[in-house]
This record gives sequence, structure tokens and C-alpha cells, in this order.
Amino acid sequence: MMQTAMNAHKREHISTFSRQKRRETLVGYSFVTPAVLLLIFFLVLPFLLAVAFGFTKFNLLRPDKIHFTGLDNYKLLFTDGLFYKSLWNTLYFTVIVVPVQSGVALMLALLVNNSLKLRNVFRIAYFSPVVTSMTVIAILWISLYNPNEGLINSALHFFGISNQPFLRSSSQAMNSIIFMSVWQAAGYQMMIFLAGLQGISKDIYEASSIDGANKLQQLRYITIPSLYNVTVFVLTITTIQAVKLFVQPYIMTNGGPENSTRTLALLIYQQGFQFRNAGYASAISVIFFLIVVLISFSMKKFLRDK
Amino acid sequence: MRDTRTKLLLYILNLIMSLLFIIPLLWMVVSSLKPENQIFSDLSSLKSLLPLNLTLDNYRSAFERIPMIKYLFNSIFYVSVICISGLGVNSICGYALAKLRFRGNEFILVCIIALMIVPFESILMPLYLVVNALHWVNTWFALIVPFIANCFSIFMFRQFFMDIPNEILESASIDGSGPLKTFASIVVPLSGPVFATAFILDFISHWGDFMWPILVTTGESLRNIQLGIQTFFTLPPIYYGQIMATLTFTTVPIIVLFLLLQKYYVQGITSAGIKG
Repeated sequence: MMQTAMNAHKREHISTFSRQKRRETLVGYSFVTPAVLLLIFFLVLPFLLAVAFGFTKFNLLRPDKIHFTGLDNYKLLFTDGLFYKSLWNTLYFTVIVVPVQSGVALMLALLVNNSLKLRNVFRIAYFSPVVTSMTVIAILWISLYNPNEGLINSALHFFGISNQPFLRSSSQAMNSIIFMSVWQAAGYQMMIFLAGLQGISKDIYEASSIDGANKLQQLRYITIPSLYNVTVFVLTITTIQAVKLFVQPYIMTNGGPENSTRTLALLIYQQGFQFRNAGYASAISVIFFLIVVLISFSMKKFLRDK
Repeated sequence: MRDTRTKLLLYILNLIMSLLFIIPLLWMVVSSLKPENQIFSDLSSLKSLLPLNLTLDNYRSAFERIPMIKYLFNSIFYVSVICISGLGVNSICGYALAKLRFRGNEFILVCIIALMIVPFESILMPLYLVVNALHWVNTWFALIVPFIANCFSIFMFRQFFMDIPNEILESASIDGSGPLKTFASIVVPLSGPVFATAFILDFISHWGDFMWPILVTTGESLRNIQLGIQTFFTLPPIYYGQIMATLTFTTVPIIVLFLLLQKYYVQGITSAGIKG
């Protein structure tokens, strides 16, 4: 009798428990559904399509006439001089921008991580180009880089340097874009470094100065090692951003002169939307995606190993 | 003594560097307020950065040539709709992933983190075909709907909601509050900062949208402000004063928003950095 009563009680308990669980499952699914559906339609599906289209040939405006061509796009890709040139330009930009920009950012962070009265003014000065949109920056710098009447050439005159062609020269165009990009984005990385710097305990500095360490030694032996994780993070996001270089060359040079600023992202855009080779552009997109994944994973591994 | 010298050195270095960072923007604003011919005659001297002979002519004539105000409203409209609907969709998804136990919970979270890696550039074309197949080209839907769900926002909300004590949620549910009501009346009011952060991060990134709007807007009616200034730049005759006026005009709203929500924007950047 007692037994039965207890069982009944237990059963009731279990059933309310499982009912509650079922309810939580239902609520959970309904809460994630909007986001998940949107992501499936506008992120996962396009991504899978990009992979699939890489094996086909079709005009962007006639997606009903798709031909399966196997690995043809990839074969073409690896014999295409423009692809190699764009890949090279992308890597060149990345390899220069990442250390330079991170270095400048770290320096700025060290400059404003103190008790100066005006530090907030300086921080905002370094940060203001970050908030300004890249379109604005690019158009502004076309004017600054103007070979005849630009502000930069006027400033160079002051130092006795003659007019430079900047964006009009195939040897200077990419470097000009690099300079501008560092100027635009260093403030962003500065903020991350600054957060890292402020996370270092003040006691370590005090202890080391009692031991007779000077400012440079403190920088070398305390600050830099403590920033290891933050640095890897900054390098990772800067690299991923750099590989995507598009708006600057699109607006400022359209890939020229002599393809010196054509990047992978620009090539995808031009092949896809200007020449309408949707299949070929997809193949480049896949390679582009693999490069980004490779970077992210190698950086993550680097972070974990230490 | 040594301290004052370090301080002085820091001031000088900061001053030089901040001038380097601010001069291009200062030149933009000052030039937008000058008569066209004076921009060039001042160029070789310090006068190029000093507001002399102020005039609003550049603004007036630029606005006569292209509908800047309309572009501005287009931008504000579609970016706000993305951000506000994003707050709803992403926060509730983040909440479910943080606080509700259901099958597939972990799997969805892992997928969302993995999807953060997919660069927009590599899905650009198929996304265009999807939008085209939906007959959304040249409609607001094309500019808004694909960007409402945002993996980074979902993840950020989830991290924030994880820290809310379960006891608060349980006591609400014992009091008979349904899950949606618990979320709206308990969780949301506790989470102002994370909503502000998600909003401003999203807003600033979409304010700069350029590549996608070129593709999906064919006419002038839906054009955003970034496209507006780009077409203006390529539209002869080219007057630098007018160009600088449109650039300044485009930058002002975002600077105002940034100054208002500065704390949250910086918080968003740095918390991403520390979690790294």
C-alpha cells in the first residue's frame, strides 16, 4: 500500500519533471528558431552554394543554365596570372600591415596608458579614424594623395621632397594604401592593447622598481610578456581583416595601376559581378575561405601552445 | 624630477602622434567650410588647417546636386532596423543557449562559433543569388533581412546571460511567469549594457556598408549615404569643397552616436579582445 503510494508519487514527480523538460525543450527551440533560420538561409546556404558553384560554369544573370565542369575552375585558377598577382598583393598587404599596424597600436597604447590629464583627448584623436567609414577615408585620402595639389605633397615640399605620384604609380600605390590603412585602424587595436595593459597588476611594477629595474627593463620583462595573449588576438583579427582588403583598392585604384592593388576580394567581386563568371568567382571564394580558415586555426594553435 | 621629464616627453610624443591622426580629418572639416579656390591656395601653408573665410556654400551646392538628406535617412533607417531587430533575434537566441537546456543546444552553439569564421566576401555572390531568387533586389528586405542574425552578437549575449544567477530566473518561473515574460521582464532590464554594446557595434559596422548596397540597389531610391558620397565623388564637375562637405556630413552622425555610446563601443571591442 505504502509502496504503491510512493510509486504513484514518484511517477507523478517524473511526469511533471519530464513535462517541464519537454516544455523547456520546446521553449528553447522556439527561442533559437528565428536566428537559426536566418543564419541557415543567409549564411549556411550561400556558403554551401559557393562550394558547389566552384565546380560549375554559369553566367550570374542566367543561374538557370548551370554547367557542371568538375575541377576546371580550379585548374584555370592555378594557371591564371591575375589570380597569382592578386594572391601576392593580398599577402603583401597582410604581411606588411599586420606587424606595422599592431606595432603602432601597441606604441599608442603605451603612450596613453598613464595618468596624463589629456590622455582621453589623445585616445579620442587616435580613435577617430576608426569610427569614420572606410568610404569616407578612402575618398578623403585620394585628395590627400593627389599628385599635383594634395596635402601630403605640400607637406613633403616643406621638407624639400619633390612631388610623389602615390596612387598613380604601380610601385607606390599599394604602399600608399597600406599607410592609409594603418592610420585608419591602429586606434582599434590600440583599445585592445590598452585593455590588456590595464589588466597587468601594478604590484609587479612596484616590486620590480624596488629591485632596481628601469622603465625599459620593465617594458621588456613585464609588459611585453604579460601582453602575449592579447597580442596573439590582435594579430589574428588584424590578419583576418587584412586578407579581406577590398574597399580601399575598389574606391581608390580599382586594382590598378598595372594590377598592383588588385586583391583576392576585389578579384572575386570583379569576376563575379563585372565579368559574371559566377562559377569561377565561387572557386576563388573557396580558396579565399580556406586561407582565412588556415590563418584562424594556425593562430589559435599558436595561442594554445604557449 | 625624472617623473616630470617623462611626463613632458609623453606629452610631446602624444601631441605629435595625435596631430598625425587628426590632421586629415581636420583638413576635411576645414576645407568643407572654405571657398573652392581657397582650399588650393592655402594648401602649402598652415592656413589649410585654419578656418578662414567660413562659408556654407559647399554644403548648399552639394545638397542641390545630390539628395544627401535622403541618403542619410536611408542609411539611418535600414541600419536601425537591422540593429533593433537584431537585438531581439540575437538576444533571445543567446538567452536560450545560455539558460535553457534542450537537445542540440551545444551543437547550435558550436555551429554559431564556427560560422563566425566565414568571411562575407566569400559568400557574396551566392547570397546575391539567394536574394535575387527571393525577388528582393532593390527592396529594403535585401538590405536588412540577411544581416539581422549575427553570430558574434548571439555569442556576446550568451556570454553575458551566463552570468545571470539561475535563482532569479527560477523564482520568476515559480511565481508563474512564462519563459518569454521572464526574459522580457527580468532578463532584459538587467542587461542594458550588453544591449547597448551589441547595438553600437552593429550600427557602426553597417553604417560603413558599401559592397552589398552597390549590388542590391539599382536605383537611387534605396541608396545609402556611403554610395551617395561615392557617386558624388565620380560625378563631374569635381569640386573638392563639395566633396569635403559630403564627407563631413556623412561622418557627423556616426561621431555623435559614438560619443553618446562611447563607453559601450569600447567595452565591446575590449571584451572581445580579452576573451580572445
